[in-house]
Amino acid sequence: MAAGAEPVRPLSLAVSGLAFTYPDGTQALHGIDLSIAAGERVALLGPNGAGKTTLVLHLNGILTPGHGSVAVGGLPVTKANLHEIRRRVGIVFQDPDDQLFMPTVRADVAFGPANFGVRGDALDERVHAALDAVGMAEHADRSPLHLSGGQRRRVALATVLACDPEILVLDEPSSNLDPVARRELAEVLLGLDRTILMVTHDLPYALQLCPRSIVIDDGVVVADGPTRELLADPDLLRRHRLELPYGFTLRGT
Amino acid sequence: MGAGHAHPLYLPRTSAVHGLPAEVKVVAAFLGVVCVVATPREAFAVFGGYLLLLALIWSIARIPPGWLSRRALIETPFVVLAVLLPITGPDPRIDWLGLSVSEPGLLGAWNILVKGTLGVLTSLTLAATTPLPELLLGLQRLRAPALVTTIATLMLRYVDVIVAEARRMRLARIARGHDPRFLWQVGATARGVGSLFIRSYERGERVHLAMLSRGWTGELPQLAERVTTRRDWLRGLAPVAVAAALACTGWVIA
Ligand SMILES: Nc1ncnc2c1ncn2[C@@H]1O[C@H](COP(=O)(O)OP(=O)(O)OP(=O)(O)O)[C@@H](O)[C@H]1O
Ligand SMILES: [Mg+2]
Repeated sequence: MAAGAEPVRPLSLAVSGLAFTYPDGTQALHGIDLSIAAGERVALLGPNGAGKTTLVLHLNGILTPGHGSVAVGGLPVTKANLHEIRRRVGIVFQDPDDQLFMPTVRADVAFGPANFGVRGDALDERVHAALDAVGMAEHADRSPLHLSGGQRRRVALATVLACDPEILVLDEPSSNLDPVARRELAEVLLGLDRTILMVTHDLPYALQLCPRSIVIDDGVVVADGPTRELLADPDLLRRHRLELPYGFTLRGT
Repeated sequence: MGAGHAHPLYLPRTSAVHGLPAEVKVVAAFLGVVCVVATPREAFAVFGGYLLLLALIWSIARIPPGWLSRRALIETPFVVLAVLLPITGPDPRIDWLGLSVSEPGLLGAWNILVKGTLGVLTSLTLAATTPLPELLLGLQRLRAPALVTTIATLMLRYVDVIVAEARRMRLARIARGHDPRFLWQVGATARGVGSLFIRSYERGERVHLAMLSRGWTGELPQLAERVTTRRDWLRGLAPVAVAAALACTGWVIA
């Protein structure tokens, strides 16, 4: 595990024995163990329906584990800690339309930090910095409903950046982005000095951004290691319905 | 969807009425309706006075009366009820336009119609000049029970969600050759309404999760530091004073 390489860094995220069954009886997670050190950037890979989003929803207590536990920076995710946990963990959802609901981009970005008690000039500053980071500052007064898909995705990211979380969790951040926006998003993420867990189907993007990857399939962790090594293992990729883009090959190091 | 947070009843304008803090408008609208309801139904002229007062507010707020009257159609069910009353009501009966109608029924119908209409028009005026998030903040500042503001906040997310979802589904249907003008395709539209409900519900749930993730605890945070002044209250309650005077006049002349 990458955490072993630098034992001095404190654990940012610790998940152990996490199992979860949806109310309709679908068991989505069958005992997930993983730990991520502070400042690590980790990609979470896996086919559709593997349980990635379900896992993500446990990280800030939206879903409550059937078995097992989650801790963020040493603090267990429990009802009593929820507000603090949600301040520490920022989740950018898979679909930006789920995230944006206020009348203007500015109000939407301000919603999170205001919930965490930021007010006045400090709030304006946060909003501006977050919108600037994603290149959307000039659209601050527009309605999120009137933005293009990629612009909405960037605003959705800004709504979470503005909360200044210690851990940033992104569910498929690069879908719907044009190539330039995709590269700019990568630059934004690389420039942030914090723990990042990124769910993605975009393997080259994972390679570019995340030194470490975790593959989950059918609710269990099936691989965890350096991204380059995992992506250079054609058997592993094939078994879990992962595929590099046409013409893209990697050799293990 | 229209500009900004368009709940469909909101008409974005800059006017003195739009600029008033929401809680002032909520209180004014509420008291105004109380005055209307307290007016004796026989004081016919007074109701005309209320209408004039509303018309004055519309002109200040730059709301075209036609825009409002289209939205006032939501009161149609009351109108139907009101029309039935004079036909089915008790004796004595009088002749009216060649029909024999119940006199108490007729008065009862008038009562429902005029007070209902004025109430609806007042609420619509409030809605037309106040965006939903503002309205919620106003309720919060008035210390409305948390349950009320929470339900209203949930409406906030559902209204947009449903409108947007309906538009997407309509596009998807039309793109697959559905022409809603053909009667036999009414079935598809009806099924559409069912799945619209389910999908809106699910999306609303996901929006709700995203709100929770950003630390929402049931209260909308106050984003702008606007303090409601005495002046705001005085200006907002001026029409209420007029309405109260009208109501008193009603009691005197009736
Ligand atoms: N609300 C729900 N109720 C019941 N089952 C669900 C629900 N949400 C997800 N599932 C099921 O749980 C499993 C894991 O779903 P999840 O959304 O976590 O997958 P995912 O890895 O995020 O997939 P994708 O790559 O398609 O986003 C799937 O079998 C899915 O059908
Ligand atoms: Mg998913």
